[in-house]
Amino acid sequence: MSMKISTRQVDGITVLDLGGRITLGEGSVQLRDSVRDLLAKGQKKILLNLGEVNYIDSSGIGELVSAYTTVRNQGGELKLLNLTRKVHDLLQITKLYTVFDVKDDEASAIAAFGTA
Amino acid sequence: MTGQQASRITYTLDSSLDSVNKVEQTAEQMARKAGVDEDEIFRISMAVREAAVNAVLHGNAYDPEKRMTASFENTGADLVIRITDEGKGLDPATLPDPLAPENLLRGSGRGIFLIRSFMDEVHFRQLHPGTELTLIKHLGTAPTGA
Repeated sequence: MSMKISTRQVDGITVLDLGGRITLGEGSVQLRDSVRDLLAKGQKKILLNLGEVNYIDSSGIGELVSAYTTVRNQGGELKLLNLTRKVHDLLQITKLYTVFDVKDDEASAIAAFGTA
Repeated sequence: MTGQQASRITYTLDSSLDSVNKVEQTAEQMARKAGVDEDEIFRISMAVREAAVNAVLHGNAYDPEKRMTASFENTGADLVIRITDEGKGLDPATLPDPLAPENLLRGSGRGIFLIRSFMDEVHFRQLHPGTELTLIKHLGTAPTGA
C-alpha cells in the first residue's frame, strides 16, 4: 500500500509524479519529505501529478494542504495535476478544490506557473 | 482476536496502522458482499478507515497497551460498523468545522467530517474510558456524500 513518487524537471518546474495511496503513515510522510527536500534545494515551483493516485485519506488531504501552505509561505507555488475522480470529489466536498490551482493537462499546468 | 455472533464480526486490535488497514479492508469486503456499488464501497471503506485512524491515532495515541475494537454487522437493512478506543474520550461538539474559512488550510481535522459525509448515521458514545463510534449505512438508499 505504499506510495510511488518520482521527480522530473520541466521548464524549471519540478514535477512530482505520485502514484498509489496517500494515506496516514508512509504515503503522507513521503510527500511531506519530498516537498521539504525540494524547498531545501531552492526548488519552489512544484507540480504534483496525482494522475496515478487512486486513494487519499484525510491525512493525505491534510498533507496536500500543508505542502501548499509551506511552499506558499516560502514564496513558491504548488499546483495539482490530473486529479482522479475520487480525489477530485474529496477536494470538492472539503471545499479545497478552489484553494488549489488544479489543471488537467501538463502543458497548461507548466504554463500557469509565474515567471518570477 | 475475532468473534462471530449471528452476522457480526468483531476484531480486537492493537493501535497500529496495520490495524487501520485491516479494518478498512474488512469494511470494503463487507460492503462488496452487501452488493452496494463501487462508489458506495469506496465511501464506506473510507469512512471506516477514518474512524479507525481516529481510534488509533487520536484515541489511543498508538499506545501499544491500548486496543481498538472494530465490529461489522449486516442487519439486512443496514451495515453497522462500531469502532472503539481506550482514549480520553471525544466530544464531537468541540471539533472545529473544517469547512470554516479559518480552518480550511489546517493540516488536519477532516476525518469526522468525511465520516459524516459518507455515512447515513454517525453516533458517538463515551465509554469512560474511550469512545465508541457507530457508523451506519442504510442499504437500498441513495448514495451519500461525493
